[in-house]
This record gives sequence, C-alpha cells and structure tokens, in this order.
Amino acid sequence: MEHRIRILVAKPGLDGHDRGALVLARALRDAGMEVIYSGLLPSPEQVAQMAVDEDVDVVALSLLNGAHMTAFPRVKKQLAKMGGGDIVIVGGGIIPEYDKPKLLKMGITGLYGPGSSLEEIVGHIRERVRKERRGE
Amino acid sequence: MAERRAKAGRLFNEATVETIRKGVKQWEENVFMEHPRMLPESKSDFQTASGIPLKPLYTPADVKDADYADQGYPGVFPYLRGVHPTMYRGRTWTMRMFSGFGAPEDTNKRLKLLLEHGETGLSIAFDMPTLYGYDCDHERAHGEVGRCGVNVSSLKDMEVIFDGIPLDKVSTSMTINAPATVLTCMYAGVARRQGIPMEGLRGTVQADMLKEYIAQKEWVYPPEAHLRLVRDLMVYCTKRMPLWNYISISGYHIREAGSSAVQELAFTLADGFGYVELGMEAGLKPEQFAPRLSFFFNSTMDFFEEIAKFRAARKIWATVLREKYGVKSPRSLLMRFHTQTSGASLTWQQPLNNIVRTTIEGLAAALGGTQSLHTNSFDEAWALPTEKAVEVALRTQQVIAEETGVPNVIDPLGGSYYVEWLTEQMEEEAYKYFDRIESAGGLLKAIKSGYMQREIAENSYRLSRRIEEGKDNVVGVNKYAIEEKKPIDTLKIDFKAQRSQIQRLEKVKKERDEAKVQAALAKIGRAFEDGDANSIEPMLKAVMEYATLGEIVQVGREAFGTWREPLIL
Repeated sequence: MEHRIRILVAKPGLDGHDRGALVLARALRDAGMEVIYSGLLPSPEQVAQMAVDEDVDVVALSLLNGAHMTAFPRVKKQLAKMGGGDIVIVGGGIIPEYDKPKLLKMGITGLYGPGSSLEEIVGHIRERVRKERRGE
Repeated sequence: MAERRAKAGRLFNEATVETIRKGVKQWEENVFMEHPRMLPESKSDFQTASGIPLKPLYTPADVKDADYADQGYPGVFPYLRGVHPTMYRGRTWTMRMFSGFGAPEDTNKRLKLLLEHGETGLSIAFDMPTLYGYDCDHERAHGEVGRCGVNVSSLKDMEVIFDGIPLDKVSTSMTINAPATVLTCMYAGVARRQGIPMEGLRGTVQADMLKEYIAQKEWVYPPEAHLRLVRDLMVYCTKRMPLWNYISISGYHIREAGSSAVQELAFTLADGFGYVELGMEAGLKPEQFAPRLSFFFNSTMDFFEEIAKFRAARKIWATVLREKYGVKSPRSLLMRFHTQTSGASLTWQQPLNNIVRTTIEGLAAALGGTQSLHTNSFDEAWALPTEKAVEVALRTQQVIAEETGVPNVIDPLGGSYYVEWLTEQMEEEAYKYFDRIESAGGLLKAIKSGYMQREIAENSYRLSRRIEEGKDNVVGVNKYAIEEKKPIDTLKIDFKAQRSQIQRLEKVKKERDEAKVQAALAKIGRAFEDGDANSIEPMLKAVMEYATLGEIVQVGREAFGTWREPLIL
C-alpha cells in the first residue's frame, strides 16, 4: 500500500488570512493525506521546527501579506540547517509574477494564487513527493 | 417582535393573494413545466450564494404577510429602506478608498493624490507589524515592513502620513484593531501638533476585536483584555472625542474569511450587540454611544442577496436595539455602514474582468443604501494596486453615482417580490444564528471555543468545492479559462521602507526624553493592572513623548498575556 503523504500546512509570519490555508488543509485531507496545520503566527523558524518534529514529506506555505520573499526562504534555510533539506516545499498566496522565478529556483514550487484549482494543487504535491521522496 | 408595532395594513388582501396563488400554480403546470421539455433548466439546484433555495418566480403570494409597517420609510423606524430621509438625493455616498503602503512618505503622497481626484474621506491601511503591535525594528517585523500597508512605529510616522493634510478638514478611517487605542492617541497627537482640538476630529478606527477572533485573526491579547481596551476607548471618546467613531463593526473580514452572506449578517450583528452590552456594563447609556458605532460590510457577487442583506441588517439592528436594549432616540437606532467590494471575488486570471465584478458589487452596495464605499482595484489578486488601477476603481463608483440614475430614487428595489422575500429570509436566518450563538454559551464563549470560526471554515470549503465541481462558475477560472502570460503590470514595493523606517525610529529614540518615556509607560502599566482604570489618557501622554507602538503594546503583553486560537481544523 502506498505510504500516506504527511504534510504541514503553515503560515510563517504575521498574517491572519487563513482562508486559503484552511480550505487547502481540508482538500488535502479529503485527498487522503495526513495534514498538520501550524495555526497562526509561527515564525519561519518555528515552522521548520514543526516540519522536522512532525517528520513530514511536504511543507505547504501560505502567505498573503507580501512577506513571502523573506519568510519562504527562511523556512527553507532553517529546514536545511535542521537536517530537513529533503522536505518538499510548496507555496502560495498573493505571489506577484516577478517574485516567482526566484522562489522556483530555490525549489519552492506551486506558487498558487486565489482561484487555483484544488485538484491541480493536490496533483502538484503528489507529483513532487513521488519524484523526490519516493525515488520514482 | 414585529407584532408590537402598529400595523400599516397588509400589502395584499387575502382574495388577491388567493387568485395569484392559483395563477402561479397554473403557470407552473401549463407554461413553466411544459417548457423544460424543449429546454431543460441549466442547473439541478438554484440557490443563493448562502444556499437558500430559489423558486423560478416570486409573486405577491411569497410576501403575502408583508405589512408595510415592517418596511416603513427612509429615515423612519425600522429603517429597512434607508437611514436618511433623503439618502443619495441629499448627498451620494462617501467615496473612501483604502490605501497605504511602504514608508509614511509613500502613503502621504497617495492620500494627497486621492484628495486631488475628488475623494472625500481618507482611509489608511497599515502593515502587518503595525497591526500586530511590533515596531519596524522588531525581529518579527523583518521583511514585512510596508508590504501590505503603511508602517507606523511612533507618532513621528503619523506626523509624516498627515503632513500637509489639515485634520479638521478631512475624516479619516483607520483600519486598525488590536492597537486601535494607540493609533487613536497618535491621531489625536498629530491634531495637537497641528493645533486642532480633538473634540472636532472626525474619523473611525475599526477596533472591532470580536471579529478579529472570528475572522481576521490579528490579536495580541486574550479576548477579555482586548474588550477592556475597547471599553476604555468607548468611555474616553464619548467624553473627549465625541465625533470619533470608535468601533467599526465589521462583517467584511468575516465574509472574506469564507462566510456566507447570512453568516456575515448574523455574526456582525451579534458582535454589535456585544459592544452595546460592553458599553452599558461600563455605565454608558446606549444613547451616548450607539451613534458612534458604525458598520462595515462586504459586497460580493450574488447581487440580490447582498442587497437583501444590507436591507435586513438595518432592520434587525434598529429592532433589537429598541426592543431588547430599550433604546429610544432615533439617532441611536440608525445602522450606518461602509461597504467594500469583495477582495476574495477578484481573480488573478484575466484580471481586467475584475473591473466588471467590482462594478456589480459597488452597484449592489449603492442599491443597498451604503453610507460610504471602497471599490477594489482590478490588480489586487496580484499585488497592492497601482495608481492607475486605483483610479479606475474610484472612477467605477463615480460612474455609478453620476451616470446610472441609481441615486435618484431611495431604495429603488423596495417592493420587488424577490428582494422583499429574500430580505425576510436573511432576517429569519440571522435570528436563527443568534439563537445558535446563545446555545453555544453566548458570544464570548462561542468565539473562544471556535464555533463561528468553524462555521466559516465549513462554508468556505463548501464554496471552494462548488467551484471545483462546476456547480458555481467563475469566469476565467473554471469557465472560459484561457492561457495567458503576465496580463498586467503590477506595483512593486521595494525594501527601502524597512531601512528608512528603522533609521527614523532610531532617530526618534535618540531625540526623545527617555526618563519621561519610561515614566509614561509605567503609568500605562498601572492603568492596565487596574481593571477599573481608563488607560487612554496615560497612553496619549506616552504617545506624545514618542513612546513607540511596540513599547506600549509590550506593556500590555506583560499585563494581559497573549492568546492562542482554538483548534479550527
């Protein structure tokens, strides 16, 4: 039987806009994943800590406050430092087009905005886990 | 509650209704039901966005019990048809565009531009560190300064934001909640520097902490502590800033968080009643403070449901205030509200379509009788708006006001069988929620246990599923989608604000009288520790000595502690 994907849905910063994160968390759960939600207002470093503690396959980051260019890389950096460099990172929120290339280059993918298809997001996460965590 | 009022008389007599009922039945059987054999209905379920099932046609038979006394006249109880006797024939709604980004200098420039373009009221957005009560040099503020609003760390920043804008000539709305007391003090501080008496200051702070726990989730302290600060603000302003609207009871964020129109209506009004009780417990009479409470609603895409929501809201507020809280003065029964079109309805796909959405939403707000309106810019699913996009948004409501003829007649949809029926539905559903909140242990307990938060999250997921399954359509998203590459240019905010803000803060701290600041902060601490004290006067003194936002909020963290939300998922 296929190993269930463990995923941390997190909001790494001062941002109370949790609608997208909560909808996504429910959709991922309905898609058969084990979902952990960070709750509000953890720092990027705390999010990385949670990811390692919970031994997740994926961290899904959501920010709508414009701070993604600092917060997302901070999560990535801290994960690497804590031995979680192999954890898949995807992101979303209000991410302007000009910020996307830099994030993608760091391996933070997806970068979905409002109105994205839940099915597409689920598919993207599965695909990355399949390739990077299951060695297929 | 309606029974206690004198009846104006039923709108339709029994015999007429009976004839219409028969007519509808005949029409259904012989005309409507025959027709689908050739052209089936396009959906299996027709419903409003809140999920209220809809019939194909509404007639007097659907509003047969309607008594005209329940609708009344504009400016007359129960205000269903409008709060002012003349409505937009006297003056159209205030065009109030929410803005703020970067350093205070950037926002000062944007505000002056809006005033030049004919805007009539200012409205300020703050960045996340300000909203959560952190100074720009705090570790948690890193990367967030000026990103989605203007940064304010001390009185100095407010002096720059309002430089060259005489505060006795404008009214200013500040979207600030957890640190609303501090920002009110700073605004009064700027006025004092400009030589303007605070008694004449006109404006609004949001300060609606109840909806923070329900939806927007920008808090610092536990609910009881924030409510106590709101109480201090109510009591102080009632005496010293009589024209200051100290709570803007907000459904906007409840809706944006994913609620239905019914939930927005019910939770917002429930919060409103919460503040009435808070003021009364503080020894104020509702007549003293009710005129200073205003509301803030969302307007999104289900056109008629939105209009029905606005109409029902006025009636419920006036009715409950009169019947439950014994408010008599008509001035205290008026629900005045600001409306903003829905940010969540904007799509990043085919962003120019958002101009159309905003137009429809703005029109619903005007038909619903709003007192002021913010229309969103088409590029806001991408980034903060460019100047060009903001101009189009302002022009959108100017077109509605100047060209459509909508302002010529008060409550022009009054009497529509559908709109009147839907208004009644909204009202009934809202009262059902009031009962459910009561069963959940009352407002505060329901909020602390996460009842409303879960209701909203459930609804938000339902809406997402409906779009995913094609039951609801969004043009450009799940229907008529096309491949597109970077369709618009967007505003780019650099990180200069963080540097310049930190430099200014360092300068402020160097130049202020440190001993006076520390003494002033200690006084705030003592006021916080004493539940019967009022903390606003000491706060104003501290602000004038250039104690920072972060320092003042930290005094509260030490006195009240912090808050962790209940589990929603």
